Amino acid sequence: MFRVVAIVAGLGLAFAAAAEAQTPRKGGTIRMTAPYGSSFTSLDIHTTQRAQDEIYAKALHRSLYTWNSAEGKPVLELAREDVVSGGGLVHTFKLRDDAYFHNGRKMTADDVIWSYNRIMDGTKAYPGARYVRVIEGAAAVEKGQAKDISGLKKIDDFTIEMKLTEKVDPGFYFFTALTSIYPADEAAKEGFIQSPIGLGPFKFVEHVPGSRIVLERWDRFYKPGKPYADKVTVSIMGEAAARDVAFRNKEIDTSVLGPAQYVAYQSDADLKGTIVEVAEVFTRYMGMNTSFKPFADKRVRQAINYAIDTDLIINKLVKGKAYRATSWLPLTSPLYDKTMKPYAYDPAKAKQLLAEAGYPNGFEFEWTTSQNESWGLPIVTAVIPMLDKVGIKAKVKQVETAVLAEVVRSGDYQAFIYSQQTGPDPQAALKCFHSSTPQSACNYMNFKNADFDKLMDEAGQADDVAKRGQLLQKANALLYDEAPVWFFNYNKAVMAVQPWLHGVQLNATELTHQNVEDLWVDETSPAK
Amino acid sequence: MLSFLIRRLLQTVPTVLAVVLLVFVLFSVVPGSIVSTMSDDSDPQVELRMKQQLGLDQPVYMRFGAYVARLAAGDLGASFRTREPVTTMIAKRAWPTLQLIFASMAFAVLLGVPLGFIAALRPGSLVDTVSMVLAVSGLSLAKFWLGLLLMYLFALKLGWLPSFGYGDGGLKYLILPAVTLGVSPMALLARTTRAAVLEIMTADFVRTARSKGMSETRVVKWHVMRNALVLILTTMGLQFGALMGQTVVVEKLFSWPGIGSLLVDSVLQRDIPAVQGSILVVVLFFLAINLLIDVLYGVIDPRIRYA
Repeated sequence: MFRVVAIVAGLGLAFAAAAEAQTPRKGGTIRMTAPYGSSFTSLDIHTTQRAQDEIYAKALHRSLYTWNSAEGKPVLELAREDVVSGGGLVHTFKLRDDAYFHNGRKMTADDVIWSYNRIMDGTKAYPGARYVRVIEGAAAVEKGQAKDISGLKKIDDFTIEMKLTEKVDPGFYFFTALTSIYPADEAAKEGFIQSPIGLGPFKFVEHVPGSRIVLERWDRFYKPGKPYADKVTVSIMGEAAARDVAFRNKEIDTSVLGPAQYVAYQSDADLKGTIVEVAEVFTRYMGMNTSFKPFADKRVRQAINYAIDTDLIINKLVKGKAYRATSWLPLTSPLYDKTMKPYAYDPAKAKQLLAEAGYPNGFEFEWTTSQNESWGLPIVTAVIPMLDKVGIKAKVKQVETAVLAEVVRSGDYQAFIYSQQTGPDPQAALKCFHSSTPQSACNYMNFKNADFDKLMDEAGQADDVAKRGQLLQKANALLYDEAPVWFFNYNKAVMAVQPWLHGVQLNATELTHQNVEDLWVDETSPAK
Repeated sequence: MLSFLIRRLLQTVPTVLAVVLLVFVLFSVVPGSIVSTMSDDSDPQVELRMKQQLGLDQPVYMRFGAYVARLAAGDLGASFRTREPVTTMIAKRAWPTLQLIFASMAFAVLLGVPLGFIAALRPGSLVDTVSMVLAVSGLSLAKFWLGLLLMYLFALKLGWLPSFGYGDGGLKYLILPAVTLGVSPMALLARTTRAAVLEIMTADFVRTARSKGMSETRVVKWHVMRNALVLILTTMGLQFGALMGQTVVVEKLFSWPGIGSLLVDSVLQRDIPAVQGSILVVVLFFLAINLLIDVLYGVIDPRIRYA
C-alpha cells in the first residue's frame, strides 16, 4: 500500500514540477539577436521592410492584426471584432478600448486612420503602402490625388469602417509591423524617430546604433499578466561566427543558424536540443525571362527543372537546411498541396524536351545572381555543370543583393536566382503571376497565362472559402506545370534557443519575429 | 607656425572637395538606388515623386553643387533611409569609433615600440627573433579570424571578457575589439622601431656620443630614441588613418557601434548622404591626424622648420 502511495505521490510531485516548469515566470531579461546586418535601418518602422527591423518592432509596436504561429494565420490584435458586410468588401472593426500608447494615451480610431494615411504618403514610398493599397481610395492618396483614404471611416472613437477594393482577408494585409499603429499626435513630432512610442508590450529605452536596442516592460499592456519579462535587449549580430561564440558563452538567448552551423549544432550533443526549425514562407527559385526566346517555350523551362539534381544541392550545399520545393506555395501555406511531387532529376527527359522545343544542342543564357550562400552564387556554380550535361550553357553575372532586387523588377535579365516571399497569404502569393500584376510589383517573370488569370479571377470573386481554396490550388498546379521558374526549395529557418527561454513560436513568416509578450525566461537564465 | 597651420588647413579644402566629387560620381554610375531598397513594389509614379523629393531627379552636377553649398554651411543633409540629419547619425557613432581607434593605437604603441626597441638593442638574440616572429604574425593575421580567436579564448574558454557588444562603453567591452584592431599596427610599429633604431645605432653622432664616454643608457635615451621617434610618429600617423578604414570588420564582428558599420550599411542601401558624411569624417580625421603629426615633428626635432 505504502509503495502505491509513494508512487502516486512521486508522480504527483513530478507532475507538479512539470507544471511549475511550464508556468511562465515573471521578470528577467530576454536577450534576442538581430542577425541580418550590422544595424537597424530606422526606428520608424513604417520606413523599413527589412526583417531585421521587425524583430524589435514586434516588442515595441502593434498592428491591427498579429500572426498566430500556432494556428498559422493572422488574428485580430488591436480590434476585438471584425464584422464583414457589403459583399465581403466592407469590414467594420471594433477596436480595443484598453490599448495604451507608451505615453499613456489610449489608442482610438483616429490613430489607425492617421497611421494608414501616413503610410500612403507617396513621396515617402513607405513599403507598407503595398498592404494599405487594398483599402479603397488609398492609391489616390499615394498618387497625391486625395488627402485622406476614402475607404476608411471613423464610426466612433473605437469603431472604424474599412472598405476594400477586393475580397481578401485583411488579416494578411495588416499584421506586419509595416502597418503598425502610431500615436497620431506624437508621431508627427520631429523627435519621434529618436524615441519611438508604440502599443507593444515593451517600451523604448535606448538604441545604440550598430549595437543594440533595449526595451522595458510596459505595465499598461492590454493582455493581462503579460509581458512576462522585465526587459528585452536586441543585439545586432550580423556575423554568424560571433553569434555562435556568444550563444555558447550564454550571452544571448537566440541565434539564427546558417547551413554550416546547422550541421555543427546537430552533431553537438550539448547544442542539438537547442535547435528549433520551421518551414518559412519563402520559395527559392531561378526565374526565367519569357521574352528571352528559349524560355518562352514551356518545354525548355520544364527541361531546366528536369536537368537539375535539386535534392543533391539541398543535401550537399544547403546542408539540408531547406525543403524541396514541390510548387510555388510553400509547405506552411494553408493551401500547400501534399499530393504534388517535385520534378524528378531526369537529364534524358530534359534532353528530349529540349529537342522537341527545337534546341537539340541546347543554348546559352546569362544567369544573374547575388552572392547569397543559400540562393546565390554557390548554388549557381553547382547547377551550371548539370545544365551543361544537357547542352545548356550558363554565364554568370554577379551583382549585389540590392542591385539584384532592381534587376528582377526591371526585367533586365535572362535568368536570375532569388528568394521570394510566398506567403502567408496564398492568394497574394499566386497573384504575382496574374498578367495584370506589373513586373515591378512581383510578377518578375512577366508571366502571362489566360487560364491562370481565369482561375485567379474566379478565386477573387468566390465567397466560399473552400471553393476559393480549390481554385487557388488549381492555379498553383498550373503554375507548376508551366514552370516559369526552377522550383528550388522552401527555406528552413533554424534558430538555436537557450533552454531557459520559453514560449518561442514557430513563426513561418519569419522565425526571428516573436510575439515577445509570450516569451519568458526561467531562473536558470544568466540574465534573470 | 600659425601660417603653416593655416596653409595646411587650406590645403585640405581641395582634398575634401575631390573626395566628395569622387563619391558623387561613383554613386551616380553604380547600379541600384535607395528607392529600390526601400520598397519592393513601388508604383513608377510614386518612385518618381520620391526621387523628386530626395532630389535624385536632378542632374549630378546640380546635386553636387547643392551638396557643396550645404556642406559650406556645415549641413551634411538628411539620411535617405532614416530621415535623420547625417550629422546626428555620425555624432552618435563617432565616440565609439574614436574610443576603439585610440585604444587600439595605445595598445599598438605601448607594446610595439618597446618590442622594437628591445629587439634592436639585442639584434640576432632570442628576444629579437621572438619579437619579429610576433610582428610578422601580427601583420599577417586576418582581423576577422584573430577577433574570433580572441573571443573564443577570453570569452568562451577563460570567461574573462564579454565576447561582443558595447555595454556601457566600459573597458571590459573595449579590450577585445581594440586588441583585434591594434595587433596589425603594433606589429608594424615593432618592425619600424627596430629598423629605425638599428640604423641610428650605427650613425656617426651615436658613435661620437659613445666615444665621449656617454653611458649606453644616455646614448639610447637622448640620441637613439629621440631620432627614431620621427619615423615612429610617421608610421603612427599613417596607421591612425588606416585604422579608421579597418574598423568596419571589427565593429561588425563585435557589434561595436561605430562609423565603419554605418558606412557599410549606407553603401549597401545606397544612402548617399550618409555615405558622403561618413567618408568625409574619415577623410577629415585622416587629415587632422597628419596635421598633428606634422606639428609634432617640429616639437621632437627643432631642426625641422615650417618653411
